[in-house]
Amino acid sequence: MVPLSYYMILSAIVFLTGLVGVLIRRNIIILLLSIELMLNATNINFVAFAYYLNNIAGQVFVFFALTVAAAEVAVGLAIILALYRGKATVNVEDLNMMKW
Amino acid sequence: MKYALIPLLPFAAFVVIGLFGHWIRERAHWIAVPAVAGSFLLSLSAFADVAQGEPIRLTLYSWITSGSFDVNIGFFIDRLTAAMLLLVTVVSGLVHVYTIGYMEGEPGYPRFFSYIALFTFSMLMLVMADNFLQLYVFWEAVGLCSYLLIGHWYDRKSACDAAVKAFVVNRVGDFGFGLGIMLIFAVFGTLQYDQVFAKAASVAGETINVLKPLGGEWPVGMLTVLCLLLFTGAVGKSAQVPLHVWLPDAMEGPTPISALIHAATMVTAGVFMVARLAPLYNLSPAAMDVVAVTGGLTALFAATIALTQNDIKRVVAYSTVSQLGYMMMACGLGAYAAGIYHLLTHGAFKALLFLCCGSVIIALHHEQDIRRMGGLKAKLPVTYWTFVIGSLALAGFPLTAGFFSKDEILVEAWSGGALGQTLAVVGLATAFLTAFYSFRLVFVAFHGESKVGSGGASGGPPPAGMAPHQAGHIHEPSRTMTIPLMVLAGLAVITGYLGIPEFLAPVLHGPGGAEAGHEAAVPIMVIASIMGLSGIAVAYLFYVRSPQLPERLTQQWRRLYGLSFNKWYVDELYDKAFVRPTVEVAGLLWRRMDVAVIDKAVNGVAAGVALWSRSLRLIQSGEVQHYALGMALGAVVILGVYLLMLQ
Repeated sequence: MVPLSYYMILSAIVFLTGLVGVLIRRNIIILLLSIELMLNATNINFVAFAYYLNNIAGQVFVFFALTVAAAEVAVGLAIILALYRGKATVNVEDLNMMKW
Repeated sequence: MKYALIPLLPFAAFVVIGLFGHWIRERAHWIAVPAVAGSFLLSLSAFADVAQGEPIRLTLYSWITSGSFDVNIGFFIDRLTAAMLLLVTVVSGLVHVYTIGYMEGEPGYPRFFSYIALFTFSMLMLVMADNFLQLYVFWEAVGLCSYLLIGHWYDRKSACDAAVKAFVVNRVGDFGFGLGIMLIFAVFGTLQYDQVFAKAASVAGETINVLKPLGGEWPVGMLTVLCLLLFTGAVGKSAQVPLHVWLPDAMEGPTPISALIHAATMVTAGVFMVARLAPLYNLSPAAMDVVAVTGGLTALFAATIALTQNDIKRVVAYSTVSQLGYMMMACGLGAYAAGIYHLLTHGAFKALLFLCCGSVIIALHHEQDIRRMGGLKAKLPVTYWTFVIGSLALAGFPLTAGFFSKDEILVEAWSGGALGQTLAVVGLATAFLTAFYSFRLVFVAFHGESKVGSGGASGGPPPAGMAPHQAGHIHEPSRTMTIPLMVLAGLAVITGYLGIPEFLAPVLHGPGGAEAGHEAAVPIMVIASIMGLSGIAVAYLFYVRSPQLPERLTQQWRRLYGLSFNKWYVDELYDKAFVRPTVEVAGLLWRRMDVAVIDKAVNGVAAGVALWSRSLRLIQSGEVQHYALGMALGAVVILGVYLLMLQ
């Protein structure tokens, strides 16, 4: 049987990939994808713990997270589209109107 | 209870005109004049009541109650108050009527009426007060009203300066007055007149060490200190030397207000206060001597200044200072009844003189220099004759009111020991000067060649409002202005025959109790008459018979003339001694303290905050990834702390 720590390590790698992606990439669509990676990293944790602790609640929670993520992607893409129409760019460095 | 309406009617007029003046406009006098007339009628009824029986005591309501401190708004009307009520309402009423003509078409018409109604109210409350706090409050209120009215033409710098000067000089006196009232409460534990008077004799022997704060030892009689502190207030309000400087400058106000200030309200308050507090003053001979000497000094001092002034209102103003000196002198010598008698007759003829000045000034389109008048007798007959009657009364011409009252003072003074006799001589000399300068006005302004519109003796340019060809159009002012003149002229004669001193004598005792015999009455009367007549004669000689004579004397006594013409340089002295240093210190505090320390501290704090925030705000880059990095690092730090330190 695969030990729990393997799942944890996999989850951490995916999460960090997502985090680094959010921090260093400039394309706003890539940012959105990276956020999805981070969400799914937590989902891996949920499923793994649910299995090892024999508690179905963790698996149910993943369904909720997936639903929210889908909705979030829909809203996020709509915002990106609106931004693109207004500013003609998907580069986050150009979207700094909220500074001092 | 109806007597509460005496002050409240003018107050109601003030409130109505003050609030709705914008709509009332030129109809303001339809409210103010009936209100004062009503006060006058009620005063008459109060007078009749008091003359027959007991003084009226009335408590309107309890004003302050705090522990043992208990003050009411109340009225106390005895014969002294009743006489003052009549003076105030009569003069104020006539001034109200006169104002209708004088201020016609002025932009501040309703404002002026609301202020004189307030002035009348304040003065009525002052004379009717039955306790010291009420006296003090309305004492200040008349000061405020005089400030407002002197500065009526607030767009003129000179008027504003005069108003501020009147207020500040009065504050100097009122400071002492306020201390005196505090001392009264400390000593007697009450501010009610009758209770204070009842206890006064019991503290007559007590002393107070006035040098205690300085570590010295100088015990002075408690009542002397008290009376002198209160007298400081009277010096300011009644324009005695050395605080007389505000009164002549108060001429900057419209002329009706000069009449009101000089005759009925404001300046009479000081003399009234000393007479009202006679039971206190009688117990302190030292304080009374100070009062008497101050009065005598003021009488002579102001008379010498009046000799050479050229502004018609200024001469009359200095004559007021001088006559107030007479009244103070009488009070200081214990002849309170004579002092108040002179106050009442003076109220009549001085209001008359000022209102005459007002007629002349209106007729000549605001020309006030007597060197540019002359020959007005034919053109302003009513003004001329009433002015002559007023001047005769002021000069103490036999059988006028001023003659009787001045004579009363001099006779009383003569029977008052060495000090009294010295002051009587001063008074006689003043009587001569008074007659001279008042008829100088009559002869220069009303007789001789018309110099209207000319450069006058000064050779200055003619005033802007009056071209030479207009001189022929001078005419008497409207009926509302001449009728008050005639009424006052009548009063200036008959007030001498009403037996006022006998009426007042029962309530105003001197320290000696019963009056001493006046064996010198007839000689004094003769000498006083001679003084007055010779003053008039000299004025006639100087200004009608040989007009070149004053010029020659001026050349010969240049020094003395300069002293008198420049008012003994008192204003210049005060300017050097008090005003300049104050301004200097204020300037120093402004630049070295306010700007250099306080402003720097306040601005420094603000600048420091701004500096910090300017560097801190760079964090707000507006780039979402910077914020995300911050969040991630923050999460790492919190996790790290949690894992490494708390477990």
